[in-house]
This record gives sequence, C-alpha cells and structure tokens, in this order.
Amino acid sequence: MANNKMLVGFFVASESIFFVMLILAYVNFHNSVTDGPTAFNSLDPVRTGIFSLFLLASSFSMWLAGRSLATKNHLMLKIWILVTIVLGAIFIYGQASEWFGLIDQNITISRNVFGTTFFTLTGFHGFHVIVGLIMLSILLGLALFGDFKGPKSDGVECVSIYWHFVDGVWIVVYSVIYLWAFL
Amino acid sequence: MSSRIPIVPENIKPLPLLKENEGMLSWVASVDHKQIGIMYLLASMVFFVIGGIEALVIRIQLAQPEFGFISPEVYNQMFTMHGTTMIFFVVMPFLIGVGVYLVPLMIGARDMAFPRLNALSFWLVIFGGILLYYSFFTQSGASEVGWFAYAPLSEKPFSLNKGPTYWVLGLLAVGISSVASGLNNIVTILTMRIKGMTIRRLPLFVWMILVTSFLLVFVIPVIASAFSMMLLDRLLGATFFTPAHGGSAILWQHFFWGFGHPEVYILILPAFGIISEVIPVFSRKPIFGYEFVAGSTVAIGLLSVGVWAHHMFAVGLGNVANLYFSLASMLIAIPTGVKVLNWVATMWGGKIYFATPMLFAVAFIIEFVMGGLTGVAIASAPIDWVVTDSYFIVAHFHYVLYGGSLFAIFAGVYYWFPKFTGRMMSETLGKWHFWLTIVGFNMTFFIQHFLGVMGMPRRTYTYQDFPYWGSMNLVSTIGALILALSILVFIWNIFVSLRSGKEAGNNPWHAWTLEWATSSPPAVHNFDLVPPVRGRRPLWDLEHPDTPDEPNAKVV
Repeated sequence: MANNKMLVGFFVASESIFFVMLILAYVNFHNSVTDGPTAFNSLDPVRTGIFSLFLLASSFSMWLAGRSLATKNHLMLKIWILVTIVLGAIFIYGQASEWFGLIDQNITISRNVFGTTFFTLTGFHGFHVIVGLIMLSILLGLALFGDFKGPKSDGVECVSIYWHFVDGVWIVVYSVIYLWAFL
Repeated sequence: MSSRIPIVPENIKPLPLLKENEGMLSWVASVDHKQIGIMYLLASMVFFVIGGIEALVIRIQLAQPEFGFISPEVYNQMFTMHGTTMIFFVVMPFLIGVGVYLVPLMIGARDMAFPRLNALSFWLVIFGGILLYYSFFTQSGASEVGWFAYAPLSEKPFSLNKGPTYWVLGLLAVGISSVASGLNNIVTILTMRIKGMTIRRLPLFVWMILVTSFLLVFVIPVIASAFSMMLLDRLLGATFFTPAHGGSAILWQHFFWGFGHPEVYILILPAFGIISEVIPVFSRKPIFGYEFVAGSTVAIGLLSVGVWAHHMFAVGLGNVANLYFSLASMLIAIPTGVKVLNWVATMWGGKIYFATPMLFAVAFIIEFVMGGLTGVAIASAPIDWVVTDSYFIVAHFHYVLYGGSLFAIFAGVYYWFPKFTGRMMSETLGKWHFWLTIVGFNMTFFIQHFLGVMGMPRRTYTYQDFPYWGSMNLVSTIGALILALSILVFIWNIFVSLRSGKEAGNNPWHAWTLEWATSSPPAVHNFDLVPPVRGRRPLWDLEHPDTPDEPNAKVV
C-alpha cells in the first residue's frame, strides 16, 4: 500500500514545520545575547562535526539496508540496520557528552536565551533520533524473526523516510548553530 | 428507461446495524469511523454544555454594573476556559468528528485509511480535555490568562499557579490529535476514493475537509512548537518569552497568531462544507459554481497563513507591516465573498424547502456575512486601534464562530441525524430551537458592537455605571439566557427524536451524495454495493438515467 508512505511523508512535512519554528526562535535570539555563554564561546564545532559524520553515515547505511532488502539479501539487511543503530547511538553519545560538558560549566537551559534555544533545539532533535533508534530496534527485531521477505516493505521504507528526515534536520541545525557562529 | 446505467439491486437480507453489537466495550475499543465519529459528536456536545455554562457565568457577572456574582479570579478562569473549550473541544472535535463519520461514506470507502490512528486521535481529545479540566482541582484553579495566553502574563513570575501548565499540556494533546486526524483525512481522501470519484467530483464537504486537513498538518506544529517552548519556560526555567531574562514576549504573539489565524479557518472551512451540502439539496439544484467554491477554499487556505499580525496592530509593528497585514487580510474577503455568492446563486430560482437544516443554513449566510463585514472593518489598522480588545471584537468573532461555525453545525446535525441514527429529528422542536437561537444570539451579541464602540473592554471583570452600559449588558445577558434555553430545546430534541423520531429511511431529504445510498444508520462495512459514480451527484444520476449530470461521462 502506498498509504503508509504517504502518511509518513506528510507527517515528516508536518514535523519539519515544528523544527522550522524552533530554528526561527534560535535565529531570533542569535544576536541578542550580550553577556554569558553563546554558541561562539561555548561550543566545539569540530568535535560535534565529527559526531555529525556518524549520523550522516547512518543515513547511508539505512539506504544500504533498503537496497539489501530489494535484492532479498536478508543477512545484509540485518547487518545494515544494526550498523545504522550503532552509528545513531554514537551520535547520541556525542550529544549527551556535549550536554554534560556544558552543564558542568553551568550552561543550562535557564542560563540565558542561548542556553534556552540551544538546548531546546538540539534536545528536540536528539529526542527524534532516540525515537528513530527505538523504531530501528523494532525493525531489527522483526528482521531477526524473518518478517521481511522483500523486495519491498512499507515498514523498512517508512522508518527509512523518518530516519533520513532526522538526518536532514540535523544538517540544518548544525549549520545554523555551529557553522553560523564560527564561519 | 435507458439501460446504460445499472440499478443497484435491493438487499435481500437486511444489513447488520451498529445496534447489534452495542455495549460499552464495543464503543471504547472501536476503530470504526462511524462509532468514532459519533463519540466525537457526543464529546463535543458535553464540552459545549460545559463551555456554555462558563459563558452564562460570565454574562451573569456582567448583568449589572459593579456586580459581585463571582470573584475576579474565578471570572478570569471562566473566560479563559470558555474560549479554550469552545474552540478546541467543541467546534474542532465536532467538525473533525462529522468529517470522520462522513468522509469515508461520501467517497465510497469502507473506513478511514488508518482506523486505529483515528481512534487515537479521538481519545487524545478526551485525554486533553481531562488534563485541561483537571486544573480546576489544583491549588488556585484553572488558567486565568485568556485563550491566547500572552507572555509574560502566562509565564512563571506572573502565573505561579499550575493552571497554565495543565492548559498547555491539554492543548498539546489536542494538537497531536489534530495533526493525526489531518494526516488520516488527507491520505483517506487522496487514496481511498471509489472508482469514478475524481477530485473534480468530490462532494464539497470532502473538499473543505481536505483543505482543512492540510491546514491542520501544517499549522498545528507551529503552535505545538510554541506550546513546547512555553512549557519549557514554565517547568525548566527557559527564557523564550520572558523579556526580563532576554526573551521576547512579542515572539509568543507572532507564534501564537501564526497558528491562531489559520485556526479560525480550520473552524470555519468545514462549516462552509456543511452549508455547501445543505443548500443545494434544499434548493433542489446543483451547487452554483462548484469549481469556484472549491478553488476559493484553497485560496482562503493559502491566504490564511500570511495574515496573522492583524491580531497585533496594537503592538506597533510599524506602518509597512500594518499596511501589508491590513491589505492581505482584506484580500480574504474576496474568496469568502465568492462563496456567499455561490450559495445565494444556488438558492436563486430553486424550489426552496425550509426544513430546519435549511433554516440554519440560510441564517448562517446572513449572520456570517455580518461577522465578515465587521471583520473587513477591523482588518484596517486605524479602525482596529479604536476597537481592539473591546466588546466590538467579542461581537465580531461570536458572529463568525457562533453565527458561522455553530449555525452550520446545527444545520449539519439536523441534516445528517437521520443518517446517523435512522430517525428524523422533530421539525417542531427544530423550529423552536431555530427561532430561539436567532433571537437569543442576536440579542446577546448585536448589542455588544455598540458596547465595544462605547469603550467597554473585553475580559473586564465589571464596569462602572456609565449611561446605558448597565441596561445594554442586561439585554445581552437576557439574550444569553434565551440562547441557553435554545440549547436545552436542541438537546431535548435529540433525546426525543432518538427514542420516538419518525423512521428516516435511507434518503429522507432526496439528497445526491453517496452517504445517502446506504442504510440509516449505515452497515458496519458501509456499503454492500456502491452506486456507480459518473458525476458530482451519483444518486441523481441513478434516479434520472436519462438526464445525468455528465451525459458524456465514461462508463467505468
């Protein structure tokens, strides 16, 4: 059925409006912090950039998982889903350690508008990544039980659309928060 | 008789009815779009009574100057909860619910595309309503900050009670529900239509639901985002909307109205859809200018997202912004006027039959145009500066929301009640309901235009004994009591008609859309056989094989 993919497509479009509003809030306050932490004086673009590469790579591995299903290569399907989960988890680890580092320096959501907008935007994105990881884990479980015969599966394709979306949002978020401050 | 169009064979066995598996569990656990639709309607009726009682409390407090019927705090809670309830828990669930019931029937489908998602949408509304109303039981009661919850009043230092937190949580639940039902509607309408039901043949009600659903999917996330920020401000001490800590109160206004203005079209477009179904049937003519009704709806949907700041003229956004938002807002009058013209032209020369649904539909046109005209007036920034936050505004939006949305809802209930239940509603009680509504509604709200121009601010707890203010407010309060009486008649009518209404049969109004081709109430699987669709009025084509709407339509 094309229904499922259409639903996820519109859902992702709706979600992107949600993120556009969070990004607008961030942009609105970008130049209004006069003292205290800002993106420029408290973030590390290189470190986060490296962790971002893991998320980008996970989009690629997810695409490979879909390809494996199309060619009915069930072993590679499981492997590529697992790789996607691991890469996504590494990204989340990177974000968590970044957050803890900031909180250790007393940079929190209530410190100033940079803290407010930064933690809200990256937090909602991280939450979406975690939801994606849960869905991928369910996919992996189903794959291990031999649920996907191929060559097509709405389940795999829908999770894939969502995962690429989460990845795409991060490219925008990274550009707005990190690249804008340092370039 | 021409044999080109096959006739639907009579059913030999009667179709299984919903009645046969009655019982609470069959409702609570249901994923059937008809049962969910009925539950939506019942829920919105319950909330309508609650919101109505809140309105009566407001009106009694204002019945005479310097009155102390309730405390100022309770008064603030009343108008906040009244507005929130009527918008999010009455008009939206009703219109979504009637859509959920009718859309699959009108397009000849068995159910919605995602029945379980449909059930989730409904139960989230109930969940949100419980969250919202639970706030009355917390210390210092419900939210007191008005339905648009302007910052910084809604923020921590100024509202330390839990009211606004519950308010925002409840509305987040409803927001998720609305997006889910919008998604469900879009996929259903785009993919589940029966053969022959092209986009250009969709009943106009389905068209309106489609455009509304797009608005839901793309506009609700705006407020979901802002609500999340408000929640973080209140719970974790974030500073989005607190100017004292570097935030921006104006940002909340932009975000809120960025959602809030499209929201009013979410509340009115399905109502337009109901009117576009009722008027042709009771005028015995096809709708005049089908393409224009559908096209102007799309135009309204697109324009609605670009006019939000006309709610913010008093902020002082500068002349350029004021000019743009004034002109853009006035532009919406054009597609809306096109619709009014279409409805009037449909009635023109028709054999009009003034049953209760038609009475409400005709009254809808008149009352809605009243609200529309004041709307065009206050779209102009200088006029808005004079009357903003006064009772003139209150009168304006009650004319479009009560005189518009609710009149259409009443028309819809009287029109589809036979389909929902198999019984006709009482015409006698219906006419009592109608005339009491007309008298009560206009008595309550027309006079508020003058109160507003005389300077009475909205949301004021009480007022001094200025000349005529007391008597004019008393007139408004008496009108509200008449309106309450009309609602009692309406509810009584539903009860009486459910028990002993006339048997309706499949198609009591001789209507033409597909929902009338099945039994009343429809079988669990909706249709045994769907009539062939070769035009916009499938049942007309079926009954008049020699003069179909589209004589050259291909036989599928």
